[in-house]
Amino acid sequence: MTEEEFFDINGNTISLDCQSHSEFCKEFTVSVPKLSLRKVMNYTCAVWLTAYAVFFATDNTNVLSAAIIVTLVGMMLHLHFVKIDHESMLIIGSLGIQISASYASGRESTSFIEMSKVKDIVINEAIYMSSKPRLNCLEEVYKSCQDILGQS
Amino acid sequence: MLLKIFFPQCCKGADSGLLIGRWLPGHNSAVVLAVIHFPFIPGQVKQYLSQLQSLTQVDLTVLGSWCKPSEGQEGVQSFLKDLSTIFPHGRWLQLSNEKGKKCFSCQVNSRDGKVIESGDKEDQGDQVICIHYDQCKVMLSQLHPAQGGILNPKTELSELRLVFQTVSQSQALFYIDKYDEGPFKLTHWQSEGREGSILVELSKQASVPVCLVLAWLLSIWYWVCKSRILNLWPMRFVSSKLYSCIQLSHRAEHLQTISMPRKAEDHTEFMRKANIFVSFLVDMALGLLLISWLYRENRIRRLADTLVPVADHIAEDLQELLKWLMGAPAGLKMNRALDQVLGRFFLYHIHLWISYIHLLSPFIGMILWYVGLSACLGLTFALSVLSDIVALLTFHIYCFYVYGARLYCLKIYGLTSLWRLFRGKKWNVLRQRVDSCSYDPDQLFIGTLLFAILFFLLPTTVLYYLVFTLLRLLVVLFQGLLHLCVDFINSFPLFAMGLRICRSYRLAAGVKFRVLEQEPERPLHLLMEINPLTYSAVLQWYRTLTYSCYPKDSWGVLCKNLFIGELIYPWKHKNIKTD
Repeated sequence: MTEEEFFDINGNTISLDCQSHSEFCKEFTVSVPKLSLRKVMNYTCAVWLTAYAVFFATDNTNVLSAAIIVTLVGMMLHLHFVKIDHESMLIIGSLGIQISASYASGRESTSFIEMSKVKDIVINEAIYMSSKPRLNCLEEVYKSCQDILGQS
Repeated sequence: MLLKIFFPQCCKGADSGLLIGRWLPGHNSAVVLAVIHFPFIPGQVKQYLSQLQSLTQVDLTVLGSWCKPSEGQEGVQSFLKDLSTIFPHGRWLQLSNEKGKKCFSCQVNSRDGKVIESGDKEDQGDQVICIHYDQCKVMLSQLHPAQGGILNPKTELSELRLVFQTVSQSQALFYIDKYDEGPFKLTHWQSEGREGSILVELSKQASVPVCLVLAWLLSIWYWVCKSRILNLWPMRFVSSKLYSCIQLSHRAEHLQTISMPRKAEDHTEFMRKANIFVSFLVDMALGLLLISWLYRENRIRRLADTLVPVADHIAEDLQELLKWLMGAPAGLKMNRALDQVLGRFFLYHIHLWISYIHLLSPFIGMILWYVGLSACLGLTFALSVLSDIVALLTFHIYCFYVYGARLYCLKIYGLTSLWRLFRGKKWNVLRQRVDSCSYDPDQLFIGTLLFAILFFLLPTTVLYYLVFTLLRLLVVLFQGLLHLCVDFINSFPLFAMGLRICRSYRLAAGVKFRVLEQEPERPLHLLMEINPLTYSAVLQWYRTLTYSCYPKDSWGVLCKNLFIGELIYPWKHKNIKTD
């Protein structure tokens, strides 16, 4: 079980964790740093100050409640649908490859591809991966995967 | 090559015995379905297996032995090894669950006793993967292929699909539980006793007579529809135009699907029947709710009382509009004579319409009261009746639109052909193109005259056409909205959605694996769980086919038709293709 630090395309640190359960079964996990408190406070303050300014101008209390509801709902939606906690790839020789993304609210979205449908693994443009790692991180994963694919 | 063994979770704590299952053809894997315990007579076991094979079309065999040693049962392992000589096999699996360890070990022997695979890494040969699965869930689940396609293909089955198919087809194996007085004891997911629900059994018993009654009612309905009175041309024409009749026939078709007394053959048919049934029930419930709301406090009487004044109001507004057009609308100067002709023509129509409404007004209350009762047939029917009422009340707008459009269309035709004459050209019908042509001076003179007349009358016609087209489009939009609502209620798969929320394992998009605790010198153990379908995929797979109304033409064609003056019917009803 080895853990290394890499950078993603925006310059934030991400960590790659390789776990080798057996000769033909490996799991790679890319973890993204958690939501920073400072960002949350900034956004909330911005939204609420704007709402207060509008309330000051129009004297309508509904604006304030609307702002609170918007902040709460927006935060929940962001955590549930947008903020990735970690992405992992589990490769099992002669069975298949499983790719799963786990979100900050605990939701996991998984997809499993059977080995009969897999011809080869290639490095495609990383803009499709939500954690956006750089090439060196992907190369590590690629090398290990090719070993297992070659075996089965 | 790796050997994969699919092992049910319920058998993990079972006593020692023999493993019953199937070797998957074409893949290096085996599915364990149950464990037979001692004491048993090998001959009886073989007989039972061949019986099951003919019943379920699944080639069940004895895969190997399962050993769970407890106190006072030493030597079980060697006893089990000797059993391998009695049952015919290509490979013999030996799984043993030792005390104190979480995972069990596995050893595979070939026919002549040589060890070909084992859990140890040091031995020659390759390794074994043990995949644990939840037998009940896998049995009930239905795999959906990722990119559309057929739900249950017969050929080229992948490994996972074979596993699912094996477990779901071996239902007969799971009927024997530990309370049976049979010759041997089995362990599988139902061995603690068969599960059942009283409601489900009662509804199964009740469904056959209900289906028969429904089928009889439907036959009466179809006989009535085919009778001679209703097959005369005017009735057929009216019923093809009225939206409520279309909706009724659609619902009758649905009822026919669910009133067949035989059981659904495959998953698609079962889901379709269930969706139609649930949607029908919800529809009726909503319709009854609507009735209770309408008839409480006599709201329907009040609605009927406001209907005639509203129709009057619309007619008066139209009259005002026409009077405005007959004057100088928006400051434009109209051709007086044509303006007066068209205006008076339309005004007379409105006058006829108002008298007609006033003639009907004493009966409208009663008609509406009875029509309101028809909402008990479902909310969709009530909405379609509303759409028809709107169509009837705005019939004069439709007529005006047709007159305006026809006039405009003729004018445009005349103008285009006279314009060609103006330039000395002609439309060649044979060659379908414009050719030059030499005209007589008389022809040219009359042609130019007519062209000038038509051209100067154009603004008036255009104005009338524009106004009535806009009104007609408004009505069409409102009707389209109602049709969309009805379509939505018709086609939304409520049962499939409910299944996805409550029993998500029954609709599977795929599987997901999790690595269980790894111990040294033991084969790799994985847990296979069912990955449920996403909600959008559920909608895509199980949407009931309806005669959905979709725009017949693209925006470009629509605009072109508007410009030329062709009559537009933007919604087209698609006929359902029965499969």
